[in-house]
Amino acid sequence: MLQIDRWKRILIIGLCVLGIGFAVPNLFYQRVESHNDAVAEIERTGVETPELAAARDGWPSWLPSSVVALGLDLRGGAHLLGEVRVAEVYKARMDALWPELRRALADQRATLGAIRRLPSPEGTLKIEVENADQMPRATEIVRGFSTPVTTLTGAGQQSLAIQVQGNTITVQLSDAEKAVTDDRTVQQSVEIIRRRVDEVGTREPTIVRQGADRILIQVPGIGSAEELKALIGTTAKLTFNSVVGTGTDPDARPGVGQVVLPSADQDGIYYTLEESPVVTGEELTNAVPGTDPNGQPAVDFSFNPTGARKFGAYTAANIGQPFAIVLDDQVISAPVIRSAIPGGTGQISGSMGFEEANQLAVLLRAGALPAQLDFLEERTIGPELGQDSIDAGRLSSVIATAAVVAYMIASYGLFGAFASISVILNVILILSIMSIMGATLTLPGIAGIVLTVGTAVDANVIIYERIREELRAGKRVAKAISDGFDEAMSAIIDANVTSFIAAAVMFFLGSGPVKGFAVTLTIGLVTSVFTAIFLTRLMIIWWLEWRKPKELIL
Amino acid sequence: MAFRLKLVPDHTTINFFRWQWLTFGISAVAMVISVVLIATMGLNFGIDFKGGTTIRTESSTAFEVGDYREALDDLGFSDLAITEVFDPSFGADRHVAMIRIGTTDETGSVSPEQLNQIEAALHEVDPQIVFASVESVGPKVSAELITTAFYAVGAACLGIMAYIWLRFEWQFAIGCVAALIHDVLLTVGLFSLFQLKFDLTTIAALLTTLGFSCNDTVVVFDRLRENLMKYKTRPLIDLMNLTCNETLSRTIMTAVTTAIALTAMLIFGGDVIRDFVIAMLFGVVVGCYSTIYMAKNIVLWLGVKRDWSKKDPKLAASPFENAERP
Repeated sequence: MLQIDRWKRILIIGLCVLGIGFAVPNLFYQRVESHNDAVAEIERTGVETPELAAARDGWPSWLPSSVVALGLDLRGGAHLLGEVRVAEVYKARMDALWPELRRALADQRATLGAIRRLPSPEGTLKIEVENADQMPRATEIVRGFSTPVTTLTGAGQQSLAIQVQGNTITVQLSDAEKAVTDDRTVQQSVEIIRRRVDEVGTREPTIVRQGADRILIQVPGIGSAEELKALIGTTAKLTFNSVVGTGTDPDARPGVGQVVLPSADQDGIYYTLEESPVVTGEELTNAVPGTDPNGQPAVDFSFNPTGARKFGAYTAANIGQPFAIVLDDQVISAPVIRSAIPGGTGQISGSMGFEEANQLAVLLRAGALPAQLDFLEERTIGPELGQDSIDAGRLSSVIATAAVVAYMIASYGLFGAFASISVILNVILILSIMSIMGATLTLPGIAGIVLTVGTAVDANVIIYERIREELRAGKRVAKAISDGFDEAMSAIIDANVTSFIAAAVMFFLGSGPVKGFAVTLTIGLVTSVFTAIFLTRLMIIWWLEWRKPKELIL
Repeated sequence: MAFRLKLVPDHTTINFFRWQWLTFGISAVAMVISVVLIATMGLNFGIDFKGGTTIRTESSTAFEVGDYREALDDLGFSDLAITEVFDPSFGADRHVAMIRIGTTDETGSVSPEQLNQIEAALHEVDPQIVFASVESVGPKVSAELITTAFYAVGAACLGIMAYIWLRFEWQFAIGCVAALIHDVLLTVGLFSLFQLKFDLTTIAALLTTLGFSCNDTVVVFDRLRENLMKYKTRPLIDLMNLTCNETLSRTIMTAVTTAIALTAMLIFGGDVIRDFVIAMLFGVVVGCYSTIYMAKNIVLWLGVKRDWSKKDPKLAASPFENAERP
């Protein structure tokens, strides 16, 4: 066990040197970070200002430039856990299905008779057919709108669940389709939230799906969770609907397929609208802040070709009628159509400030959320508190390391110094691996590193205690050391596997800071086995080869 | 002769079973007390598990908790707690308070308007005040976090038990897990006794303690297995004492280095993480104790198979085969 091939020695030393190299950027955290930001900025805009160039040249580009990402509790920022109201999409799907169904059924008016939508719970569509004896025919038409759903579990399921009762047909999404829809809704939400957060341009936001219908959003550096909520909590669902009537009664009873919505800026004014929109925000290609003819802030938008065609046809057919621009269930404005608008461009104006116009443009460009979000958890951590935690963490790590090193040297002398070098390299390796992986360091993570400093010596302690015993049993130095390493091996492996099990559980079941702690702990376990077994052994072998000791006091 | 700091002499022949009824009794009593404490005093759950909002305020001027309370009383929160945080690392011009507000409605979190009211009211009392962190968790999530935490501790115990069963024998697995339950109960009991804040990071600390305590136990078991192979006929109780004496130096050494590191964190790590470190430090001490006085006693009662010779021919043929040690 006391021979290590030359190439293995080179590998061990090489790994350590690499580790140090990748950990170094963390010493110059601010400089490296502004370098990275500057590089990204120059790449994005293509413009190189003197400040950006200076920031970029603050760190040589040939050196590694990845640093440990700091968690929210260290950097400060906002954390939100949102739950997507997936059921909202069922309703939207049914409402969108109705005009198409009505058209298809109306084509068969001669046989089916009159068709009418009855009030029904949200997410369902109840249709009454006049001629009850023609129900099979009507059902067949409705079934024509259903498509097969492909899922992992069940093939051959249909997208619509259709129930016939007397002369009514109730349509809703089937369970298989609901599952597929939920999945898509959450994915879309994640995508749109990411776009919105990116538009504001903060650094390294974390936006991940959690569980079936939740989204975790962490944005470092943002002032407060409220700010973040304003950005992602708005659905920004823009629709253009035909106006049926205007009134002052919020409880006015709308007809089937109609809806009463309040005006955004005029108190007490309520509009009755057709629920199925003419055009929706999904068909927008662009939205930019601008000003209306009176110089008030407004948002200019343009439609894609299909949207433009629909909008053009509708405005041409309804000259003299009002139509409503609806944003998140509020009527922003309801102008009267003076002439056909064929170009596919328009303007939203109303009482808004420049800041709001800008925000609205951002939201419209990023797209509407498919459903609203409920916030289950929100945390804001101020940057000063984060900095305090970093300082405290740094101080305690240094003191802990120094104390452990002193104790190890007092207990094992030269071998204690070897173990101490291993422990320090262990911390460096943890930092470098975290930097390369882009793992996040949290405050419990720092505690994890400090704990690792205490436990990383454990493997060496087991080995040294074993060597002491072998020496006491009268073995020669080299033999005692060799046997000590061999015999200690199984205990070291078992001990680390059990710790690893605990860390793995934390990683899979924990969230946020706990997860960060688990990552740090796991990396620490792996690196400590490496440093304790390979690095310490290499140092001891060098010493043996150099001094060829006859006796060893351990 | 070079100086070597040795907390444990080279040769020890401590009979760890002499006081076994006493130590076992102490453990049992401590466990019962813990359960009673948890049942009667309850735990000081953080918002992770209880839902609600906490606000951490910092100010450069000294304040009276009463003044804050007065300012917030008018806002009509039924469940409001204000505590001042003291920490040796704070300078004379750093005054920290934690304000905790229980869940107010279905969604759990304090609304943005209420938050603004709170901040405005406190600003009036103390213009220097800064809101260092604001966190709120809804009851829906907190209920889930509790169950997840239970699962986490359970899963970790089961995972460790399964591994030890695979590597050793089922008796060892039982012994180890009994020690783990002992450690977890006592740590949670400590949190109940001193009403320390029990939240998600505490669970992380508990799990780490599990890993550490088990790590300790496994090292002892590993040596016990080796001794079982070496000395086929000696009584189990003697072998256990021998094993424990052989590994005592290592057990103490590792516990001390870990405790040193954690104590540094306890003193200099700041108040945000103090409870977390307390949990780990206590866990390390208890874990060390339970290894020596708990895990192997149970293995002794359960008995183990004595013929290990076929498992590892290399070790069975070791030169120590016939060498009895004192």
